[in-house]
Amino acid sequence: MGFFSHFGALVPLDHPGHYIHWHWFYLSVGNFIVICLMLATFIAALLLPFPGRRSRKENR
Amino acid sequence: MSTEQIDRQWTTRLRKRVAGKLPPEKVLPDTQPAYVASWIYVFGVATLAALGVVIATGCLLAIRGPQWWHQSYVGHFVNSMHLWSVEIFFFAMVVHLWGKYFMAAWRGGRSLTWMTGVVLFLTSIATAFTGYASQTNFDSQWITTQAKDGINATGAGAYFNVLNLGQMLMWHIVLLPLAAVALTALHVVLVRLKGVVPPFEENATVGTPS
Repeated sequence: MGFFSHFGALVPLDHPGHYIHWHWFYLSVGNFIVICLMLATFIAALLLPFPGRRSRKENR
Repeated sequence: MSTEQIDRQWTTRLRKRVAGKLPPEKVLPDTQPAYVASWIYVFGVATLAALGVVIATGCLLAIRGPQWWHQSYVGHFVNSMHLWSVEIFFFAMVVHLWGKYFMAAWRGGRSLTWMTGVVLFLTSIATAFTGYASQTNFDSQWITTQAKDGINATGAGAYFNVLNLGQMLMWHIVLLPLAAVALTALHVVLVRLKGVVPPFEENATVGTPS
């Protein structure tokens, strides 16, 4: 229990959530981070070379 | 029984139809088109893998019950696995959705594949919501009391009462998973039937003389 309780304390959760608020736009920072990560993953998936793609092209 | 009678049986007709449309080499193909060698095609199967973990951990939670997932170390671990596999499931599904949207993946007679994906996405949101509602903790109490007015305003509250824990749990562990798994199976079968959608430039060359 000791190890996990210390590990849990690294992420402070005993405070009100943080939000991005601009006019009608209202989004939690946690959701904003996840959306940014999804966008980054999507762009990386389009740009990063897939392993073995070159050898497959050569075999065509 | 004559051969003609056997050929008229619904089992024979169904088997021949399925075998004709989905031969084993199409269900589990050895190779894929060259354009599939891209990271953007990985997220559909990543969603499927995450769904497998969601169902496996959900079964463990159902077997052991709320006291176990609230009070024991292993229960906490499996509960967290269930949550985080759902997070990965939605993360991968959204990237998959973006990829397929920009590929216009409904092309080439794939509209039913696209629509099963749309309905599956909505079903998954409902499944996740009922999961939040049936955690049996302060979080679920907060979520359901916040959601009840919205649900009631739609008129659905008469049949779908978010404050009824038993009803939310049954929707979460029986009805919605059945729908999600059936739709997933149909979605995958349709992908196997029609094949993976080609990129625009590949599609443009189809039918042009070489």
